[in-house]
Amino acid sequence: MTRRARLAVFAVGVVGFGFVLVWGLTGLPDFGDYPGPYGIQLQKVGVEQRKATNLVSSTTFDYRGFDTMGEEFILFAAATGLAVLLRAQRGEREDEEEAEDHPADRRGQDTSDALRVVAIPAAGALIVLGLYVVAHGALTPGGGFQGGIVLAAVPILVYLAGQALFARKLSPMGVGDVLEAVGAAAFVCIGVGGLIAGVAFLYNFVPLGTQGSLLSGGTIPLLNVAVGVEVAGAVTLVFSEFLDQRLLRSGGRR
Amino acid sequence: MTFLQGALLVLVAVAATVVVLRRDPLRQTIGAGIYGLLLGLLFFAFQAPDVALSEIVVASVMLPALILLTLSKLAQIDRGEKDRE
Amino acid sequence: MSFLPFAVAAWLFLVGLYGIVTSRHLVHMIICLGVVQSSTYVLLLAVGYRSHAKAPIFADIPVGTQVVDPVVQALTLTDVVVEATVTALLLALAVQARKRFGTVDPDELGALRG
Repeated sequence: MTRRARLAVFAVGVVGFGFVLVWGLTGLPDFGDYPGPYGIQLQKVGVEQRKATNLVSSTTFDYRGFDTMGEEFILFAAATGLAVLLRAQRGEREDEEEAEDHPADRRGQDTSDALRVVAIPAAGALIVLGLYVVAHGALTPGGGFQGGIVLAAVPILVYLAGQALFARKLSPMGVGDVLEAVGAAAFVCIGVGGLIAGVAFLYNFVPLGTQGSLLSGGTIPLLNVAVGVEVAGAVTLVFSEFLDQRLLRSGGRR
Repeated sequence: MTFLQGALLVLVAVAATVVVLRRDPLRQTIGAGIYGLLLGLLFFAFQAPDVALSEIVVASVMLPALILLTLSKLAQIDRGEKDRE
Repeated sequence: MSFLPFAVAAWLFLVGLYGIVTSRHLVHMIICLGVVQSSTYVLLLAVGYRSHAKAPIFADIPVGTQVVDPVVQALTLTDVVVEATVTALLLALAVQARKRFGTVDPDELGALRG
């Protein structure tokens, strides 16, 4: 089908689809007019039951913990799929790479001093911030997902500061794999701990603590740490695969 | 609906249109980063700080870095093929 | 006027779809896919919003004040991070497509076979 024909079909289709979409959306309750029962129930009992002041974290890791496990495994599968895709080429090319090695490609660009002066201290501050966000997931906005990405930003920042080889040392291929797998496994193990304790899978079986303290919420801080480790590992793996592709391999067809 | 939410919604719609209409991926990346930040502000105005934090971190850290690395890799492949000719 | 959030969500979806269909570069297409994904986030949060309610963090407000729906926020925040990683996977696919087919134009991808 030629491009013109495709665009014509799309034009017709999108008009029909847009009409049905807007028609469907007008059937929703008005903006701000929230009827749903779950939110109201959670608001009444959530903080009392779990002693965790961040209701969204309790929902993510406790009331809807099973869905979060599924999402975490989507992330795991995507990162693993990416590693498989980009590494499949590696074995075929090793010999060819030895012959035509461009040192300029490997070193990366020379960056300005201003960038380096700002980026390196910022990397240190980011590690602290990332750990803070992960640890306080049950109390204030934050949690494993956000903190994990903040932590994974550190190798990226180091690479941007021009220390390409140091960035590779900071996030070697093995570290991303291991962290990701450990995080995903830890999540499931904490869930199985609920089974071992005699109650349901992913049940909050650890003592709940007092509301407002760092260890409140039972399994919620533990699950936060597991997810933080996994997200940091996955994003580091993704980034180091791309970096490896860019710096050490010249591509193209044979 | 407050004025802030309405204004941010309109800005987000305009930014999305700009992002889509920019055909060159390199220029589109910067637009995508700004679009992510605007979206984060919108989520903040919707009283959703967790989601805003996620969106800001992802759209300003992860996506531009990965897209730029991809574009750089594609340019490298182009250079390699041109050298071989 | 209160239909604006849903209208913006629908607009984001349609504009992203237009970008995908008329795209001439795989990376441009992937960024437009990101725009389509963000329309679902806006829709979810708009559905869960409650007028004059606060954010569902009880660290500094008394327990029992009206808050917006936390369930949709839980869905959206995991979704944002996961979709970013899936986007990374798509970018890797784009790089592989360039290596195997020699082009990043979606219209020509089927034609060249190495």
